[in-house]
Amino acid sequence: MSNKAISEARRQIEICNACRYCEGYCAVFPALTRQAAFADGDITQLANLCHNCRGCYYACQYTEPHEFALNLPKLLAEVRQESWQDNAWPQGVARRFHRSGVAIAIVVIICFALLFATARWIGSAGGDGFYAILSHNMMVAIFVPAFLVPLLSIWISLRRFWKSIGGQPLGPKAGIAALSDAARMKNLSGGHGEGCNFEDEDRFTRQRSISHQLTMWGFLLCFAATASGTILHYVFAMPAPYELVSLPKILGISGGLMLSLGTAKLAWLKPKGDKALGDPRVWGGEMAFILLLFTVSTSGLALYGAGATAWMPTLLALHLGSVLSFFLLMPYSKMAHGFYRLAALIRDAQIK
Amino acid sequence: MTSKTEMDCEVVIIGGGNAALCAAITAAMAGVRVLILEAAPKEYRGGNSRHTRNFRCMHDGPLSVLTGHYDEEEYYNDLLLVTKGNTDEHLARIAIRGSQDSQPWMEANGVRFQPALSGTLSLSRTNAFFLGGGKALVNAYYRRAEALGVKVRYNAHVDHLVLEGDRITRVDFTENSKSHSLSPKAVIVAAGGFQGSIERLVKAWGPEAENFLIRGTPYNRGDVLFDLLDQGVQSIGDPTQCHAVAIDGRAPKFDGGIVTRLDCVPFSVVVNKHAKRFYDEGEDVWPKRYAIWGRLVAAQEEQVAYSIIDAKSKDLFMPSVFPPICAGSIPELAKKLGLEPEALASTITEFNGSCQAGNFTPTELDNLATKDLEPPKTNWARPIAEAPFYAYSLRPGVTFTYLGLKVDETAQVQGQEGPVANLWAAGETMAGSILGQGYLAGFGMTIGTVFGRIAGEEAAAYVK
Ligand SMILES: Cc1cc2nc3c(=O)[nH]c(=O)nc-3n(C[C@H](O)[C@H](O)[C@H](O)COP(=O)(O)OP(=O)(O)OC[C@H]3O[C@@H](n4cnc5c(N)ncnc54)[C@H](O)[C@@H]3O)c2cc1C
Ligand code: HEM
Ligand code: SF4
Ligand code: SF4
Repeated sequence: MSNKAISEARRQIEICNACRYCEGYCAVFPALTRQAAFADGDITQLANLCHNCRGCYYACQYTEPHEFALNLPKLLAEVRQESWQDNAWPQGVARRFHRSGVAIAIVVIICFALLFATARWIGSAGGDGFYAILSHNMMVAIFVPAFLVPLLSIWISLRRFWKSIGGQPLGPKAGIAALSDAARMKNLSGGHGEGCNFEDEDRFTRQRSISHQLTMWGFLLCFAATASGTILHYVFAMPAPYELVSLPKILGISGGLMLSLGTAKLAWLKPKGDKALGDPRVWGGEMAFILLLFTVSTSGLALYGAGATAWMPTLLALHLGSVLSFFLLMPYSKMAHGFYRLAALIRDAQIK
Repeated sequence: MTSKTEMDCEVVIIGGGNAALCAAITAAMAGVRVLILEAAPKEYRGGNSRHTRNFRCMHDGPLSVLTGHYDEEEYYNDLLLVTKGNTDEHLARIAIRGSQDSQPWMEANGVRFQPALSGTLSLSRTNAFFLGGGKALVNAYYRRAEALGVKVRYNAHVDHLVLEGDRITRVDFTENSKSHSLSPKAVIVAAGGFQGSIERLVKAWGPEAENFLIRGTPYNRGDVLFDLLDQGVQSIGDPTQCHAVAIDGRAPKFDGGIVTRLDCVPFSVVVNKHAKRFYDEGEDVWPKRYAIWGRLVAAQEEQVAYSIIDAKSKDLFMPSVFPPICAGSIPELAKKLGLEPEALASTITEFNGSCQAGNFTPTELDNLATKDLEPPKTNWARPIAEAPFYAYSLRPGVTFTYLGLKVDETAQVQGQEGPVANLWAAGETMAGSILGQGYLAGFGMTIGTVFGRIAGEEAAAYVK
């Protein structure tokens, strides 16, 4: 980990600990006032606890040009980012994708081409709907490893991270507290429930937190749709396609709409926020991640609509290609944040 | 005269801190056109108000984040204690009573509150803390004011008010080194004290003031205050006095704010440049002694002192922004501080020899006193014996000056022959009437809020 970011974050955190004015904004300040000295692991933990709501920047009397030059949201973003890259397994891949939107785009194009070609030349041994293009077995053969290997990678990284922040064995109490904070995005609420600072300097709005809730819950619904489809297929021997009034479709369509809306809003908001209050090195990678999620959900929705048209095979390849890229990049992209932030929330609940 | 539309206004408000903003919002809500002239650039707008954390609020029952009750008499008695009676009872009671309905007013205008910060529980009943601190309050007020149509000019320093008869007829100001003049119908001064001008401090206090640090904004230089006093407007408050506390000697010259305070004194031995003690470090709990140490240090040679503790006291007080100077022995510590090693060693040995056995209780007066020591340490006297040893340097940090404009209960400024018809003042600029001496935590913002609102209302009524 770059000592520069950590030691600069430590300098700033020590100023905050002597000040404490921002105590009411989020979990970071109550956590830091419990301590007098900050080891590297403590700072990594605080960085992952930070939701980049930016309240503590706009409220700070010590931001530049003041010589104390406080910019806690930026420093914590840098430390957080570096903790994801340094704990990633395998190492080298992570840095490239986190930083570069172009690299992400290239992976998407390759995955798209790959699936297109597979569908074209290997094709299907006969089946209905989408399976007429790519057989169910083929899909399983591609996606099961593409899902499990990244998950394994994340598991390895998270264990490293958990050790570095001094995590204790998981208990239900801390777990529930953390899930409830994440479900409500409590740390993006500004402490007063009016949201965070982002698109209009020090104005508090709920735009960013609502967009994130749509994105996160939409994603989880889509995931649930896929899971329910898998169960229907294997447990109840009911293969796709499904009726409109079926669990996979209801979950998938509502989740897809939320995910498309949420990511569109996040992408629209992102250029309005001050780049200098995050980690500017990964801005492109973050934006590409948002657009990738948007592609996943929008192409999925389009498939529902265009299932019977000539567009279907292309759309299918696009959808499956973006889903494949999303899975493959999970450990090396912004997607890591959900896992790390959840871990940090659990750790915070353990210490509290 | 400038007639640009962006400077078109009926009321000019001088200053951009809490008092100015409360006046601006009130006047704009009454329907008059308001222009704020703020000397600081946008990043530093908000004067000393940007450094505050709470305001002291009367409440007859639970109110917002405040529990229990804090009534007018208790509040007024607290004020009498710190000012030793040096207050104007009528104005003081207006401020106190006004605080109660100011709290919901502040909330309605965007200020958000939170319970007392960790480490300040002693204030949780009397003081309402601003969520995010004073800069968050200032930001919220600027947004509110601008939404009401108030115009704001930054880097706009008022140089001179023309007083003709009983009226201000012109306001001269410099914006980015260009001169402008305006003739508004009414003017409100909310430009703070004069502690930002070391020159004026030296004139008032003496050459020692060269070594003072200023805890807040460098923009409160007293230019408008002295300009008016020179034209015969009545003053109030001791022109030679300022409120000063002992802060970390390494703090920046200006704008160091809250983080430079040091709470270690009661657990330490404090020596001057000659490594000699000069006052009872354990006289009372720190919040009550906070202010006298500014003067004590100001009276020492070169206006510097050193607070020395040992390992066992290190975690007894709120952390400071600068790490302490640390050494394995007292002589070594002395060398690092630039003190005479033998002198410091003998002061500490003498102190240690006079410490008595007994129970040490950091949170209250524990009567653990030295015996036969001059000056004594009357509480928390434990030997400085456990390595490593730590030291902080102390310097006087000025919070505000007492000299101000004399106002009546409508915040109207008083000239030689009665009130100036179209001039009001609010905040630190007139606080000397109420705070003649001492300081009551959170009262500065109370005075600014209550009299800012009064000034805004009166000026608007006059214009209409
Ligand atoms: C570190 C610190 C902490 C404090 N904490 C608290 C606290 O917690 N609670 C509390 O009640 N009080 C506190 N105080 C005191 C409090 O800051 C003041 O009482 C209060 O802010 C005064 O408000 P004001 O609007 O009168 O002045 P200020 O907020 O100082 O505003 C004065 C304004 O006038 C402007 N100005 C000055 N000269 C000119 C000119 N010639 N032309 C144009 N503009 C000019 C300045 O730029 C500034 O914007 C604290 C003070 C300090 C230094
Ligand atoms: C434990 C659960 C989660 C938490 C605590 C969490 C928290 C956050 C926070 C605080 C941000 C804003 C700050 C930042 O950009 O870093 C953010 C951004 C984002 N999150 Fe989440 N998140 C979670 C899960 C998810 C999930 C499941 C998804 C969807 C797959 C998701 C998608 C996004 C996106 C797209 C962004 C925008 C990035 C940007 O603007 O650059 N999050 N998340
Ligand atoms: S960010 Fe600034 S205002 Fe907030 S706690 Fe830290 S130093 Fe204080
Ligand atoms: S940016 Fe927001 S979440 Fe992060 S430390 Fe600051 S106030 Fe807390």
